[in-house]
Amino acid sequence: MKFGIVVNEGPYQRQASDSAYQFAKAAIAGGHEVWRVFFYHDGVNNASKLTEPPQDDRHIVNRWTKMAEEHKVDLVVCVAAAMRRGIREENLAPGFRISGLGQLVECGTKCDRLITFGD
Amino acid sequence: MLHIINRSPLSDIALESCLNTATGGDILLIEDAVYAATSGNAFEGKLRAAMGRFKISVLRPDLEARGLSDRVVEGAALVDYAGFVELVAANKTCQSWL
Amino acid sequence: MSDIKKFMFVNRKAPYGTIYALESLEVVLITAAFDQDVSLVFMDDGVYQMKKGQQTKGIEIKNFSPAYRALDGYDVEKLYVDKESMDARGLTEDDLLVDVTVLSRAEMGALMDEQDVILSF
Repeated sequence: MKFGIVVNEGPYQRQASDSAYQFAKAAIAGGHEVWRVFFYHDGVNNASKLTEPPQDDRHIVNRWTKMAEEHKVDLVVCVAAAMRRGIREENLAPGFRISGLGQLVECGTKCDRLITFGD
Repeated sequence: MLHIINRSPLSDIALESCLNTATGGDILLIEDAVYAATSGNAFEGKLRAAMGRFKISVLRPDLEARGLSDRVVEGAALVDYAGFVELVAANKTCQSWL
Repeated sequence: MSDIKKFMFVNRKAPYGTIYALESLEVVLITAAFDQDVSLVFMDDGVYQMKKGQQTKGIEIKNFSPAYRALDGYDVEKLYVDKESMDARGLTEDDLLVDVTVLSRAEMGALMDEQDVILSF
């Protein structure tokens, strides 16, 4: 089955991005496809390559990057939400790309299931 | 339909709203919503009353993280992330009550 | 995009205190521009988004409520407000910015069951 995921909250402040990641990981392990993760609202902050958590904590940004590389997950950051919050091409972590809200609509039309993680 | 709740019912009305609105189906409690399914919490009665209309599942890793895995109310099913995925796949639509 | 699906946007949050209401409206407009079947629901504190007379000069945040009046220009005509939520907040239909369909909780639940995609912000 083809899944689309929406992440509405930034890393570390809320659990949403962690839950979304664990869900995506389990979906892939279960033989499903995670076609795209769309980052909206403060969720765009998941894409900042300047993120540097303490060494004994999980690295939320790198975790997404690794998933994108290993499983061809399309990580899309909403351009309007990103610009508001200072997320640009120059501070985008590998695996993420910036695009429009149409990519979220496409998640809804193309995927078998669309699931939102937020707060 | 699968309804996903992530807030404690003692600080947010998402779960109560869902119970009052949805016609039935699956409810999955994740993140801080797992507190709703623990015995002795003030929302327990309302959750139990809804069990006839809804199938209630609780995300075990979130329950364990909060030190409450031994307090789950009877009748609620425990699932891991794989079970979460299965619930989403088994229902035509899912709604996160944010 | 050839496939048309029924998208429902559920708004349960008040405006200004958080940005969700404004950014949700942006998704609604884009979804309509992609010729999808769009329904917009306001319940719980989300009904405050529809309150007439919003004046945001004093807080220097953009007043986006006029955009709700422009929705029919984007072919977004299915606006639903939960009656119980209005009652609980001392609001009536006369307090709202635009004409909406007022639904009971049971009607709202049935409408949710008809959707293909439900997004809430």
